[in-house]
Amino acid sequence: MQTDRKNRFLTREEAVYFAILAAVVFLILPLALDPFRLNLFGKYLTYAFVAIGLVLCWGAGGILSLGQGVFFGLGGYCMAMFLKLEASTPENTAIQSTPGIPDFMDWNQITALPWWWEPFHSLFFSLLAVVVVPVVFAFIVGVAMFRRRVGGVYFAIITQAIAAILTILIIGQQGFTGGVNGITDLRTLNGWDIRTDEAKTALYFVNGALLFACLFAAQYVRRSKLGRLLIAMRDQEDRVRFSGYDVASFKIFVFCLGAAFAGIGGAMFTLQVGFMSPTLVGIVPSIEMVIFAAVGGRLSILGAVYGTLLVNWAKTTFSESFPELWLLGLGALFIAVVMTFPNGLAGLWSEQIMPRARKLFAGGTARPAPASPDTAAGLTQPRKAAAE
Amino acid sequence: MFAGYSMGELTAIFAMQGFAGLILFSVFVLMALGLAIIFGQMGVINMAHGEFMILGAYVTYLVSHVFADIMPALFSMYFFVAMALAFVAAGALGMFVEWAMICHLYKRPLDTLLATWGLSLILQQLYRSIFGAREVGVTIPDWMMGSLPLTDMIEVPINGIFVMVLAVGISIAIYVLMFRSGWGRQVRAINQNRVMADAVGINTAWTDRMTFGIGCGVAGVAGSAFTMIGSTGPTAGQQYIVDTFLVVVFGGAGSLLGTIASAFSISQAQSIMEFFLSGSMAKVLTLLVVVGILMLRPQGLFALKLRK
Amino acid sequence: MDYNNPNFVLMVEDLTVSFDGFKAVNGLSFYVEPNECRVMIGPNGAGKTTVLDLICGRTKATSGSVSFKGKELLTMREDQIVLAGVGRKFQTPSVYEDLSVFENLELSFPRGHGVFGSLFFRRDAEVKERIAEIAETIFLADLLDEKAAFLSHGQKQWLEIGMLLIQDPELLMLDEPVAGMSVAERKKTAELLNRIIDHRSVIVIEHDMGFVEDIATRVTVLHQGKTLSEGSMERVKNDPKVIEVYLGH
Repeated sequence: MQTDRKNRFLTREEAVYFAILAAVVFLILPLALDPFRLNLFGKYLTYAFVAIGLVLCWGAGGILSLGQGVFFGLGGYCMAMFLKLEASTPENTAIQSTPGIPDFMDWNQITALPWWWEPFHSLFFSLLAVVVVPVVFAFIVGVAMFRRRVGGVYFAIITQAIAAILTILIIGQQGFTGGVNGITDLRTLNGWDIRTDEAKTALYFVNGALLFACLFAAQYVRRSKLGRLLIAMRDQEDRVRFSGYDVASFKIFVFCLGAAFAGIGGAMFTLQVGFMSPTLVGIVPSIEMVIFAAVGGRLSILGAVYGTLLVNWAKTTFSESFPELWLLGLGALFIAVVMTFPNGLAGLWSEQIMPRARKLFAGGTARPAPASPDTAAGLTQPRKAAAE
Repeated sequence: MFAGYSMGELTAIFAMQGFAGLILFSVFVLMALGLAIIFGQMGVINMAHGEFMILGAYVTYLVSHVFADIMPALFSMYFFVAMALAFVAAGALGMFVEWAMICHLYKRPLDTLLATWGLSLILQQLYRSIFGAREVGVTIPDWMMGSLPLTDMIEVPINGIFVMVLAVGISIAIYVLMFRSGWGRQVRAINQNRVMADAVGINTAWTDRMTFGIGCGVAGVAGSAFTMIGSTGPTAGQQYIVDTFLVVVFGGAGSLLGTIASAFSISQAQSIMEFFLSGSMAKVLTLLVVVGILMLRPQGLFALKLRK
Repeated sequence: MDYNNPNFVLMVEDLTVSFDGFKAVNGLSFYVEPNECRVMIGPNGAGKTTVLDLICGRTKATSGSVSFKGKELLTMREDQIVLAGVGRKFQTPSVYEDLSVFENLELSFPRGHGVFGSLFFRRDAEVKERIAEIAETIFLADLLDEKAAFLSHGQKQWLEIGMLLIQDPELLMLDEPVAGMSVAERKKTAELLNRIIDHRSVIVIEHDMGFVEDIATRVTVLHQGKTLSEGSMERVKNDPKVIEVYLGH
């Protein structure tokens, strides 16, 4: 197949795939599901933000972060802090010994709002923080690690340790963070009750729109020279360096971008689900988010969305009816996706289903299958391994 | 911070915390040794390492019940049988896993990480189905109960001493195996140049399987030893995995001495801080320092400078 | 050679690197003039590749100085060294196998090297023309849309040379550019190299003596990390020390 030398933002095929996903998110799901289930799918879609970031970092750039929950959590907590302050008016909290501060602070004998909570009275600041806090944190971690050329499994282990540290910190400092329960009992956003069905449906659509904004941003990055550099770095890091590129700064950029996506996802989680807790920050959720991307196809941003929806839908279904089987199933999924279909659903689609469908439609006339289907499904196949 | 304590009390605090740290150190060493072989020598990330330890713990639990029911006369000795069986069980499972999974993924370290995480989830669920979600403990034989008084303010528990002795013994055994035996030389040769090792007639596939098995077996022994100082639940292994990896990475992968030194410094730092801060803050600070140092010195504390 | 010539492109002085006590390069000094083609020869383990690694920043030197057009390279990062005008070809062909020949060359085009520069890089007429021109030179004009993975070994070597050419470095360092090539490819490569070493300084590591005699302005013989002999091919060939350690075998 001819490489797309025009370097369009979307090939025709990709445009079709984007349109299909848009139809699924904005038409099919809202029409087919009741508000409760729709809200559930909205929650799943917030994880898709993380998965898209992982496709860029891991699939394209070969940087596997096992700490994406940290950024999801930071974004979510920034949002939750604003909502909590709004819910903790002196009238609402009149029965506390110190009215006007969040209830968990009062339970922990804290009598004044800590200084770093103060700015979260402002909606504007909070929305800014949803993106800026994760990005700044990712930037610090990224500079420290990539400048010193920590990569591969070491990066994975250290990001995992960071997820562990943040979880322990949040749980341990319950007076400031709400501890293991997290920040709960969130009510209104600038006076708008987010607990009603109408609000949840509206938030679902906001979430969908933001998801598409992130998808388009990711697509832009993939299509840019930076996207090709990421692939080049994954395979021949030294060559990129000796072509005059500062490899570390590209890794930092894509890591920060992934963190920004995750932060937005976290904030939308808080808004739609109504709480934020350390169970979404730690090692287990972080690595589960990797499996969402892996199931969808680590090379495909659209695949990541489908993968997230599918795994979470399966999780909800299974853990409702066979809670014991779910963990076995998830474990098997991890192994299967790595051992038998490393390019995930998107790989199956572009390598197995599409070529056959094409043959079928071409009515047997010899139209050779493209050597590398340059579909929405894939950047390009990882030759050696997407790893390292 | 030190106000309100007399000199004598402070000494006793440091001694007792230091000793608690030594037990933690032994635990870290036991956990990390298996991983040091698997990760340090083979470069394989085994996220299910904790579950192999728990397997050893459950084996010990079963053996203690068998002894209590069938031959109570020999109960005081059951632990040694349990340790051997824990080694065999975890080692055999390890060899099976290497054959079925790991050996297909040697060139994809990040994928190994994900696959072994999947394995750990499966094992956790199996433990939960078989042994229940509750933590189980074993009855410690009488001779291991109680403590040895050193001075009137300082006393040390005997089971702690036992775990320490075990850690030292296994470290020496592994050192001999890795650096003084022909087999260890083969393992190191494969680590350095797999193709060449193949060419000079080392059976690399078999050596890999054995190495992985032994690493997992040591994890099983570690798990067995843990039953002496705490109880075991299906998810206990997962709580250890980050610590264990940090110990190995911090020491410098591939250096056995480094692993032991880093286990020592991390455990001592953590247990002394634990006395003055809450447990969670001590943990946070320790991990932060370790991560910070790793960022400055990613190759770990003990690593050779080599031409790449 | 006039050692006081201030116009040296590259001045390597007292360069030393030690790996855990083993000095792979030990107090090495040499000077490269503009438009000179310097060939480094020496037995295996003499430190030839390490010298190139040190100059381009891949390995950090223990002591000494490498000055390129008056800039000290030892304190610079690899990418800064490249942007200063030093190009490096590796011993084994290293191209981006997942990308097309066109994209391989494009990534080496000297524009848009920062994060945001590359994010907003436009593939304009200038880029396309230059790539077409280079592809012609390296005999790959018909294969621009082919994935690099499908090229032959020799074609990959040419592609990598092309990637260097598009950078247009003032100092080009080639590590065994004809190793592993067929006779026909070797001839073509020699022709290609002869064309591209014009107008720039080149350091080449090569074992093929016929090839060396063909291109070398001056030859440096390395032995155990030190200069054993230096001068024209004729002079080096007749140096008894060289004959003893290298050519004499």
